[in-house]
Amino acid sequence: MIPLSWYLTLSAALFSIGLFGVLSRKNAVAILLGVELMLNSVNINLVSFWRYGDITQMAGQVFSIIVFAVAAAEVAVGLALVISVYRRRNTVIADDIDMMKW
Amino acid sequence: MTIMQIIFLIVGAVILGSALMVVTTGNLVHAALWLIVTLFGVAVLYALLNASFLAVVQVVIYIGAIAILFIFAVMLTRKEMRDRGPQLNSAWWLSAIIALLTFGGLIWILQGWSDFARLPGDFPTGFDAVGLLGNALVSPDAFVLPFEVASVLLLAALVGAVYVAFNRK
Amino acid sequence: MNLWTDPVNFISHWLMSLLTGWGIAEWLANFLIQLIGVVVLVSMMMLIDILLVWVERKVVARFQDRLGPNRVGPFGIIQPFADIIKLLIKEDITPDGADRVVYNLAPILSLMSVLLLWAIVPLAPVIFGVDLNVGALYIIATGAIGALSIIMAAWSSNNKYALIGAFRQVAVMVSFEVPMIATMLIPTILAGSMSMGAIVQSQNVWYVVIAPLAAIIFMITAIAELGRAPFDMNEAESEIVAGFHIEYTGMKFGLFYAGELMHAFTFGGFWAILFFGGYRLFGLENLGPLVAAVILLAKALLGYWVIMWVKYTMMRIRIDNMLSFSWKFLTPLAFVILMATALMNAILRSVSSGVYIAGMFLMNLVIGLVVIEIVRRQGKRSRARVEEPIHRAVAHP
Repeated sequence: MIPLSWYLTLSAALFSIGLFGVLSRKNAVAILLGVELMLNSVNINLVSFWRYGDITQMAGQVFSIIVFAVAAAEVAVGLALVISVYRRRNTVIADDIDMMKW
Repeated sequence: MTIMQIIFLIVGAVILGSALMVVTTGNLVHAALWLIVTLFGVAVLYALLNASFLAVVQVVIYIGAIAILFIFAVMLTRKEMRDRGPQLNSAWWLSAIIALLTFGGLIWILQGWSDFARLPGDFPTGFDAVGLLGNALVSPDAFVLPFEVASVLLLAALVGAVYVAFNRK
Repeated sequence: MNLWTDPVNFISHWLMSLLTGWGIAEWLANFLIQLIGVVVLVSMMMLIDILLVWVERKVVARFQDRLGPNRVGPFGIIQPFADIIKLLIKEDITPDGADRVVYNLAPILSLMSVLLLWAIVPLAPVIFGVDLNVGALYIIATGAIGALSIIMAAWSSNNKYALIGAFRQVAVMVSFEVPMIATMLIPTILAGSMSMGAIVQSQNVWYVVIAPLAAIIFMITAIAELGRAPFDMNEAESEIVAGFHIEYTGMKFGLFYAGELMHAFTFGGFWAILFFGGYRLFGLENLGPLVAAVILLAKALLGYWVIMWVKYTMMRIRIDNMLSFSWKFLTPLAFVILMATALMNAILRSVSSGVYIAGMFLMNLVIGLVVIEIVRRQGKRSRARVEEPIHRAVAHP
């Protein structure tokens, strides 16, 4: 029997690793990779709360399916933006995309 | 140490190890491939949690679509076939501290919750989780409204992504 | 239970008693028995794969009005072994600048994604790997792993042409997954479950009679997923030499080739399971599980023959036509059929089976005729638009 704490610890660790990726990477695509890790950790949390709670209440799984859809939509639009920026400015380093700074 | 616990520890180690490789490796295509290993580990975790539909959907959507999208984007935004230079920016030590503090804070808050080490209820064989999920997604007093709104969101994302990335010659 | 009516359980019980008699712990004996089952299934599939090499070469020869291999053994049946020996003794070249780990992993993943599919194929009512309750989605999931292995192969080869071929091939595969999911939902609706065993069990009337358009569209999308002509972007020999496996030599190329053939055979099998009744043949399958397995493999070979027939008859389609065919024609058509089938299924659920079959077949016929009429008018209009300046130039005095 696996206690719930193991799953929650795993997802907290995955979230922190994703957070580290978002805050410390230079490449815009790599930042989006970190965001994906964070969304996956949230999903693990949701599904484990579904399993360790009342399994006839489908709210946990439905919420996690909505998170799948949102993650897919966000990755698509985010990568489209990155590719579009690359075409104009020929760079994807997040620090160099600073035309709006004064 | 039951078999399930051993399997969980192995899968957890794979997930965390490959997640660390995602955020630290210099070669971006390798980072995308390590992300695929992580997503696969998460799918196995869903199977351990008896959410078989979600496990297969994770493989189909994340690995079959999102990871391939990442690999395409990485290949289309480089000037040559290889990466060069360090991939971590100058304040990475601060990010590491923030990440560790986040992890510590989350665990500390959860420790105070009385039900933290709850054990699972049993999962009756023949429990039709997929059927219940399908019913929940389309029944009016369950979750049909978020389901429809999610489909509108996907339509908006589709149109937006095509328009933003469109190459007007 | 005896060996004829329930071979898998009989053999596993016998092995279990043997192993525990030797003093091995029960969980270890269980694990070993499962491992032996997996090894037996995979070995059988690889043996069928060897036969498929011969079948492919003979059939393509007959389509091209020649004989095919007929020197090595009677009817050339030992030819695949000659091919294997040739591939094994070739020099194993790794291109300069290739990413070694990914380069070696890609053919393994490609073959693995095909072998994984055989875990859910019901060879008989009692012979199957696992009866997943999400079997239809599992097929798409393994297709996703296949697409991934193509990108890995191309990128790690450090070759621009491989990369272009792989991009095109993966774009085609991802685009054709959408109508494939929609048409795979039709047997799911008719059977009430996504599991392959349940779909076969509920086909008292074969689904090809009730949903013929879905069967046709599934075959088209399956051919696109396989990467065979007329959708073979990866082997567009006149354009990009050999696509994503340019830099692979020897047995690594052999793994790609064998994987492609077995993938085609597997999708022939899924076409049979989803639409042609699987292992059922008017009650013959009750004779015994081995008879049922032979029936399923024969139907799979027939499906494979249809795939080969299409490959060696049609020309390759241009990439932008391929993608617009999927997104602008197949996807709307598949969703229209899905909605119509669900609607008719709900309306006709309680009438007698003859009226049900006639009603569904007529609905498919009507949709098919309407679609053909729309496409014909569209074609006439676009042809008129292209040919109008010619007519004007000719009619000008």
